[in-house]
Amino acid sequence: MIKRHPEPLLWMLFSAGGVLSGALMPMLVLLLGVAIPLGWVAPPSRDELLRVLGNPLTRLAFVALCVLSLFHWAHRFRHTLYDGLQIKHLNEAIAIGSYGVALIGCAFTVYLVWQVP
Amino acid sequence: MKAHSEYHQRWLRRPVSTYWWLEKPAYFAFILRESSCMFVGWFVIYLLLLVRAVLDGEVSYRQYLEWSATPGILFLNIVTLAFVLYHAVTFFQAAPQALVVRAGRKRVPPRLVLAGHYVAWIVASGLIGWVLLAGRA
Repeated sequence: MIKRHPEPLLWMLFSAGGVLSGALMPMLVLLLGVAIPLGWVAPPSRDELLRVLGNPLTRLAFVALCVLSLFHWAHRFRHTLYDGLQIKHLNEAIAIGSYGVALIGCAFTVYLVWQVP
Repeated sequence: MKAHSEYHQRWLRRPVSTYWWLEKPAYFAFILRESSCMFVGWFVIYLLLLVRAVLDGEVSYRQYLEWSATPGILFLNIVTLAFVLYHAVTFFQAAPQALVVRAGRKRVPPRLVLAGHYVAWIVASGLIGWVLLAGRA
């Protein structure tokens, strides 16, 4: 019998999240995190953002970005702790902790998107 | 118990310092690259809080905008921008090695795969700017 390992799936989620966050986040951080707070660009109104979120494609992109980025974070965080701090004995706890946090984040993302009128 | 005996060589295991990544610039760059995930994670939280505020109402959205302009959050987001850019560049740089694309029997040159990622990045960034800003009053 072939034993199934979750590792290939986790690596796939990691890479997909890496590509998606790499392609989308720089512009999002620049606009939402820097340019708008600094007043370089006027913020969109709440109605405008609601309209943007009302589009099923935006919602799909938003969920994909959040879910995959969370798994990207979890996977990289786990491996960096493993390599960087060499705390092998805590390996299981770290894995459960990181993927657990990612799953909670995913649930919250889906819950939020569900609320969009 | 000893791991070696008269007939068995001693294990040669040099203990690695916890701070091994400070020993060479390349190691440090590796840890910087890996740390970028913390900023990716932070920005997901920031985005989720934005959507929550927008859904909550006008007052919450105003409060969110005010909160995002406080020095601490602004500083964190400027650092986040630097790390997210570093993440994007390093991730795309590794993509041609991970992604072998074939057209018929020939392998698509790795440079073209890399260029494809950059084109997608530019298109996606333009699209985000348009979606978020085009409808402003």
